[in-house]
Amino acid sequence: MLFDNEIFQITLLSLQVSALATLISLLIGLPFGTWLALGNFRGRSFMLSIVNTGMALPPVVVGLVVAISLWRSGPLGGLRLIYTPVAIIIAQTIISAPVVMGLTAAALESLDPRLQQQLLGLGASRLQMIWMLWREARLPLLAALMAGFGSVISEVGASMMVGGNIRGQTRVLTTAIVLETSKGEFDKALALSALLLILTYLINLALTLIQQRGQKK
Amino acid sequence: MPLLLVSTTSTQDSGLLDVLLPAFEKTSGYDVQLVSTGSGQALKIAEEGNADVILLHSPSAEKEFMAKGFGIDRRLVMHNDFVIVGPADDPAKINGQNPIEALNRIYRAQASFVSRGDNSGTHVKELAIWKLAGLDPAGQLWHIETGQGQGATLSIANEKDGYALTDRGTFLAYQDNIELKILVQNDKRLLNVYHVITVNPEKWPQVNAKGARAFADFITSAQGQEIIREFGVEQYGQPLFYPDADKTDLELGLP
Repeated sequence: MLFDNEIFQITLLSLQVSALATLISLLIGLPFGTWLALGNFRGRSFMLSIVNTGMALPPVVVGLVVAISLWRSGPLGGLRLIYTPVAIIIAQTIISAPVVMGLTAAALESLDPRLQQQLLGLGASRLQMIWMLWREARLPLLAALMAGFGSVISEVGASMMVGGNIRGQTRVLTTAIVLETSKGEFDKALALSALLLILTYLINLALTLIQQRGQKK
Repeated sequence: MPLLLVSTTSTQDSGLLDVLLPAFEKTSGYDVQLVSTGSGQALKIAEEGNADVILLHSPSAEKEFMAKGFGIDRRLVMHNDFVIVGPADDPAKINGQNPIEALNRIYRAQASFVSRGDNSGTHVKELAIWKLAGLDPAGQLWHIETGQGQGATLSIANEKDGYALTDRGTFLAYQDNIELKILVQNDKRLLNVYHVITVNPEKWPQVNAKGARAFADFITSAQGQEIIREFGVEQYGQPLFYPDADKTDLELGLP
């Protein structure tokens, strides 16, 4: 069964779901994290503390809440999304968005505050200034992206609850590992684990290379 | 002294062990560590020597386990039964049919059927009935495999308006949260039989053989069987398990 069609399909789904969730998290987390880091408003520390807590959201709790919302009996039941890949993407986005957001804020806050003033003084618009700050902080920002991806490709609780681990539809690598373990097929479970680790490594290797290439310039 | 019991999720989820184990601990003085998991994994865990005694409902897999010499003593403990549940409007018209005819109708109607697909005792039973019906549902689009426990599988069947084979106990525990109805029941082919097996200490010397025997003795004793008989009657108005220590496999229709 190893490395047959089914494994390929499970692996592809894992990558698609987690990559999409990470991408959406980036689209949400980067602007919001920037706003939190640069903004000067009441309740900023409070919001940062909420986001930082969100970085530690237990996937099973997210899974439970998303599942209850998406069940037919739940408030969003009419969308009929429960036990679909979309449901997994929603849950994983909720898990990884705070990670990207919190680390983005931390990355930008660690820059020298005078840099902002300098850039604005040199005539940069506010958007140009933010762009330059992102470039300056590209190392920790890419780390934020990797942490976001790592938090979802490895989680099992939410994928199991909202996806249902349905064969051929919503089974991903982590839920397949749980299943093979529960069947007592420890060899298959270990092989799938190795596959997951190798994939995660390759993706992080690619991101690290991008990160370091920018650095040596 | 600790005793490692590996049992199926159905005995744990139903709450039976919450009553049975304290009574055993009190009379015997053993301290039971319970791992509850599917029958497939339970047998594997025991083969690796990580259990002293196991309580399971997967007769054919258990026999294989005994034949390989991993267990020394296997005793009949109790049974309950499986039922086939489905949506109230019953699109495949299986209500009141026998299990073979019911599966035939589901197959012909290509109605959604939600399977655990996890090598558990329930899954093995389901496959056996498909085999009796001479049908193979694997790979059909309407055949949904969840790879999860009974409770999660019932929730998924409920959302998908699908049919499912389930043990009666789990269904009774879940029926308030789902809209599925029992459509097929009371057939000898749907019996769910539990055995207790003590693990062979010759394979794994660190096995607590004395404690394992004490547990097997207790669960098949008059006191243990009485606890099984009375369990669930108050809450559900019917017993969830029927004690069988005085019967033989043959009387329950097992090979």
